[in-house]
Amino acid sequence: MFAAALLVGMPILLVTGLLDRVAYGPGQGLPGEVGLLQLPPFDWPSSPSWLFRLTQGVHVGLGIALVPVVLAKLWSVIPKLFAWPPVRSPAQALERATLLLLVGSTLFEIATGLLNIQYDYVFGFSFYTGHYLGAWVFAAAFAAHVALKLGTMLRALRSRSLRRELATPLAATVPEPVDETGLVAPDPAPPTMSRRGALALVGGGSALLVALSVGQVLDGPARASALLLPRGRTTGDGGPNAFPVNRTAAAAGVAPTAEWRLALSGATPRTFTMAELAALPQHTARLPIACVEGWSTVQTWTGVRLRDLAALAGVPRPASAFVASLEDGPFARSTLTSGQVLDPDALLALRVNGAELSLDHGFPARIVVPALPGVRCTKWVRSIEFREA
Amino acid sequence: MRRFTDRYGARPAHLVGCAACLALAAYAASFLLGDPALLRVLTWFVGAAVVHDLVLFPLCALVDRALTRLPRAPVPLVNHVRVPLLGAGLTFCVFLPGIVRQGEATHLAATGLDQQPYLGRWLGLVAAMAAVSALVYLVRWAVTTRSAAGG
Repeated sequence: MFAAALLVGMPILLVTGLLDRVAYGPGQGLPGEVGLLQLPPFDWPSSPSWLFRLTQGVHVGLGIALVPVVLAKLWSVIPKLFAWPPVRSPAQALERATLLLLVGSTLFEIATGLLNIQYDYVFGFSFYTGHYLGAWVFAAAFAAHVALKLGTMLRALRSRSLRRELATPLAATVPEPVDETGLVAPDPAPPTMSRRGALALVGGGSALLVALSVGQVLDGPARASALLLPRGRTTGDGGPNAFPVNRTAAAAGVAPTAEWRLALSGATPRTFTMAELAALPQHTARLPIACVEGWSTVQTWTGVRLRDLAALAGVPRPASAFVASLEDGPFARSTLTSGQVLDPDALLALRVNGAELSLDHGFPARIVVPALPGVRCTKWVRSIEFREA
Repeated sequence: MRRFTDRYGARPAHLVGCAACLALAAYAASFLLGDPALLRVLTWFVGAAVVHDLVLFPLCALVDRALTRLPRAPVPLVNHVRVPLLGAGLTFCVFLPGIVRQGEATHLAATGLDQQPYLGRWLGLVAAMAAVSALVYLVRWAVTTRSAAGG
């Protein structure tokens, strides 16, 4: 039962995780050098605008929900760990090595993922590198395990009827007959919980974790339901800028001054003051900011369309756009694809929910592109270079 | 073929599957060669399995074994202790960084918020789970004793 849930859930985690690397943009995926260990490259679409919100929300939400299932699965087979003698044949030795990879990578992925969404980097290596390469070790071990054990799982599922188990109370719960797996206790203690009770316990654990995490992707009062996660909380006073911040201005070390100018480069380089930008045709769109930690928020952004800025820079059909921030650091620059620049809702946002951007949300101007990971929606924009094909 | 199976202990396909798995895992690990963090990654990889198998699981098993020795009562007490305890343990492990205030500086830089509220909230959650479990127990107790008295 737990195996069946993991057989469905784990591939979804793998695919959504690999898609995240694609969503970061061509040549901008993290970790950088991964050889063959990647999906075939394609331009991440800018429509539907909720695409990254969905893929990454599912990746993190499902990952959290599967924690109790993984534990239940491991605990149901743990007698195997202490089997004696530990090795009976070369085949078994090899299989145990793949199982060490499977269990190690599963727990490693859970631990690094949970720490990352809570901004705890106690592990001391790059989260992207560890979590991504760990995922490929997991994929390898998972595939081998499924190939070797699919038959066992199907036989186990067929051996008893789910409907009958769900109707069996504790008083009628009897031990399993001894089989060749060696997992049935030879002299079991009297049961303290029915099989349906055990399923409900694990399912209830998943439900509890989902209830404590889903607030990460909700706006309004429902966000606070993520009691124990950083993204259950917002900064500020409930005003237009009171939605979660990803990296504060203080942490980024930026302090824009009145002399701020936006520099556009292209066929006709231009600079704009804040007032000049505000005088350009403005466009408003409701778009999500969605982050790799799985949280998201939908806000109403107003600003200048990137395609209008591209035209003003003399590159109406750019092949890409290179955006630089006032800050330094790994996320201070990003390259947008042609499709992202030309999307009618792709903005250099100056306002959010009718108010000026707060400093923490990227004042004086930030990029907001539909379906682009939040970390690529560069804040405190200094310059945009529109590049010809 | 028979000789291979006797010597190896399984069909040749088993060997192919395991070898492919180990090769792909080794290829993934090869990207860490020369990385100064290699040892740390390996430590966390092996450590995760060791901590789970030799600390977390035995601890849970011992506590659970103790629970099954709770005094007998007309309504068994064990699951009314076991369920909120597992809920407390699960939420503690999953939301550990906030509860123990680990990584405060990076949390502050990322969100503009400190980690002050989480411990109190978690304690509240644990108390709520225990209270609900106790309430359900009392109701079951009342129903059982009444039906025993009535029957």
